[in-house]
Amino acid sequence: MATLSFKDFKSDQEVRWCPGCGDHAVLAALQRALPVAAEAHGYGKERYVVVSGIGCSSRLPYYMDTYGFHSIHGRATAISTGIKVANPHLRVWQACGDGDALAIGGNHFIHAIRRNIDINILLFNNQIYGLTKGQYSPTSKFGAITKTSPYGTVEHPFNPGSLVLGAKGTFFARSLDVEMALNQEIMTAAVDHDGTSVMEMLTNCVIFNDGAHRDISDPAVRADRTIVLRHGEKMIFGKNRDKGLVLDGMGLKVVTIGEDGYTMDDILVHDAHCQNPGVQMMLADMKYPDFPVALGVIRDVKDVTYDDGVRDQVEEVKAKSSIHCMDDLLRSGSTWEVK
Amino acid sequence: MQHKVIDAKDVVIRFAGDSGDGMQLTGTLFANTSAIYGNELSTFPDYPAEIRAPHGTVSGVSGFQVHIGSGDVNTPGDFCDMLVAMNPAALKANAKWCKRNATILVDEDSFTPALMQKAGFTTDNPFTELSVDDRNLVVAPITTLTEESLKDSGMDKKAIDKCKNMFTLGMACFIFDRPLDYILTYLEKKFAKKHPEVIAPNQKVLKDGYYYASNLQMVADTYHIAPAKLKKGLYRNITGNQATAWGLMAASEKSGLPLFCGSYPITPATAILEELAIHKYLGVKTVQAEDEIAGICTAIGASFAGSLAVTTTSGPGLSLKSEALGLAVMTELPLVVVDVQRAGPSTGIPTKTEQTDLDQAIYGRNGECPLPVVAAHSPANCFDAAFSAAKIALEHMTPVILLSEGFLGNGSEPWRIPSMADYPEIKPPFATKLGEDGKFHPFERDPETLVRSWAIPGTKGFEHRVGGLEKNHAGVLSSDPANHQLMVDERAAKVQKIADFIPELEVDGPQEGDLLVVGWGGTFGHILSAVNEVRESGKTVSRAHFDYIMPVPRNTGKVLANFRTILVCELNSGQFARYLSGLFPEANIVSFGKVQGQPFLVNELVEAINKEI
Repeated sequence: MATLSFKDFKSDQEVRWCPGCGDHAVLAALQRALPVAAEAHGYGKERYVVVSGIGCSSRLPYYMDTYGFHSIHGRATAISTGIKVANPHLRVWQACGDGDALAIGGNHFIHAIRRNIDINILLFNNQIYGLTKGQYSPTSKFGAITKTSPYGTVEHPFNPGSLVLGAKGTFFARSLDVEMALNQEIMTAAVDHDGTSVMEMLTNCVIFNDGAHRDISDPAVRADRTIVLRHGEKMIFGKNRDKGLVLDGMGLKVVTIGEDGYTMDDILVHDAHCQNPGVQMMLADMKYPDFPVALGVIRDVKDVTYDDGVRDQVEEVKAKSSIHCMDDLLRSGSTWEVK
Repeated sequence: MQHKVIDAKDVVIRFAGDSGDGMQLTGTLFANTSAIYGNELSTFPDYPAEIRAPHGTVSGVSGFQVHIGSGDVNTPGDFCDMLVAMNPAALKANAKWCKRNATILVDEDSFTPALMQKAGFTTDNPFTELSVDDRNLVVAPITTLTEESLKDSGMDKKAIDKCKNMFTLGMACFIFDRPLDYILTYLEKKFAKKHPEVIAPNQKVLKDGYYYASNLQMVADTYHIAPAKLKKGLYRNITGNQATAWGLMAASEKSGLPLFCGSYPITPATAILEELAIHKYLGVKTVQAEDEIAGICTAIGASFAGSLAVTTTSGPGLSLKSEALGLAVMTELPLVVVDVQRAGPSTGIPTKTEQTDLDQAIYGRNGECPLPVVAAHSPANCFDAAFSAAKIALEHMTPVILLSEGFLGNGSEPWRIPSMADYPEIKPPFATKLGEDGKFHPFERDPETLVRSWAIPGTKGFEHRVGGLEKNHAGVLSSDPANHQLMVDERAAKVQKIADFIPELEVDGPQEGDLLVVGWGGTFGHILSAVNEVRESGKTVSRAHFDYIMPVPRNTGKVLANFRTILVCELNSGQFARYLSGLFPEANIVSFGKVQGQPFLVNELVEAINKEI
């Protein structure tokens, strides 16, 4: 097979996101991650289907030269489910925003996760409705001032990570739009994960919510305010790699290695494969300024997938059945002959 | 009392009791027995929305009517020859459906002061109070007799009382000269695995009921209904919902595409999803979705991925699916949406039948959003209607709404089993050609049919994007005004062209004249019976029934022009009549509608027809 490159996944459509929008970086990472995955698994780009709902980020399928489906608001997850269950050979990627996946499409989102369907969901979280020009979303911070909350919101935001883990999700990762290498790293991990992979991409909206993630994304402070988690590695962060996370009673605590009696031995080792989501939930919930925001693959565990289950059940009952076609069925059971 | 055996052409029996009394099962077993005996038949389950409504109340009464005959049976019958009432409330709710010479069989033990009061009787003689004391009354202590029959069974009183319906069924089988074999075998099969201990007691009660009726002179008359002169062949009894599921599976086989059903449970459509879930061995995949919207959206996804995709629902569910239906129209993907209509609006009366979703099916979407609408006209016809809906969807690349009705879905009739060799192949327009630019143009059309071609993900070189946004023929986003007009016109013309591929409208009776009685969907049998009755009185009337609603058969205008008056009979306030008037403004269309959650009575149709002659 000819080697695939990012160019093969670039469609001839002009990318129409605003200059400086965080979505550009995620698209670029995806166009680089998919050819690598296709190569590794030995399949062509015709096996990819990119699905989306409605919103800025949902334009993504038009920019990918694969099979694509730009659907309706909130329903991408249900469309993806149908595609994957109908044909488990296809590799389904989905782009959706925080409003699309967590407000109007919240129901489909949690149920796909509960069923553990093998789809890869890129959740673009810019904490705002961009395409409708600046209303608050289910992930906007409490008190956020937007066009529909001129005096500040009076509602709590969702944390996508806790939602995924609460629905017994098997894969959750987080990255920042500007972290190109990390974006590709978690996408590759999602490809290797069998089941619903949710990747929360913290993206910036230059027009309606500029600086949404500035507290943690600013290069000057990023290393001190985020922690990149990797399975089997110590939870260390900071510009000087001298800070770490330890268990303190029932919770997590940030410590400086070499201070207050804490040594490297005390620092937690990340276990993304641990079935019990307790620590992963605490990691996903960490917020600046009390904690660094966790990036990377936070949870990646094995479980049966829905699409395999549906397919296997069909094969299982097929093998046992004495009815092989409609004529057999029509003549089965209680019938009588009129002579 | 002198015992007579009456040779009857047809009889109607109505079983009624508390919703926990097992009347649906009793009626179904009686119907199946009759079917195997060789009678023509039609059934009508009439039950409350509550699973177990308050015990002994009129609102909790569950009924099942069976019409059996040795000649044509087109409807479940207006009025019954025999009413079986298991308690006072069942008598109260159903006495009005008894013919003048009907037999009324009641369980004497249930006519206690407390239950009589609960049913709303104010005197101690319910028969006089309901003015049915002149009927043939059979008052039997069914509960006591059942308890006596099973006193040595080791079962407790509660379990024994649950067998009352089998005692009653045994009595009915004697009165209507039905053999018990089928029911005895059924009981054995049903309980063999989980409750083998109840097989013998149920069989004993059934037989005891039969013997009781034969020994006791109380049962005045018994009936003999000779087998019908049916066309030769192998038969089975089938409900509309089962036939719908099987018709879709048949289309899957004939198209070579796997069947996918994404649905959410809703009365009275749920049985289709349940039926499809059984037949995974024929490759059927079912997803019980998290809601109605996910039901249709998973189906749309499956369609994009190359399945014959289906979603099944009832009126409220169709409302929820509207936006996604628009997406299927816009992406021009094949999809069958089955709407088993029920009484609306909103939740309405979920277990009662209506034809009130027609407007919703034809018009209920945003934008210019036409799609084909077809309707089933009898329980067994649901098979052909579903097959036809799937064929249209797959060959014309469009979502199709199949309108069924609670009356059809739950009703049953004997069905001469077809051979799949008699059904046509279904040939979807799979993509074979790329555009001049070397790319697949998803919305380039066949010049004859205006149908686009279908490239399934996984096909190398045909990668393309579809979606809800307007596009040009090449599949590129376009908000160009002229392109939008063109695409709107083409999508509409594509649906209209389906008229070239469906049968023409047939007229039963003279091809021209004063009166054409028109119907669509499940009113078929009632209208046919009414028209026949009017003809028997020496009058001339013609009849036409629409199986295809959108588009209508291409000769419709010609047919309507041949009659002075068109009487459209339907179970709504005139939706099809208005639709036809819009299409053919020169036709003199008169509407006869009824919206009571009940099928037409043949009587009221006869009256309506006579008014127009």
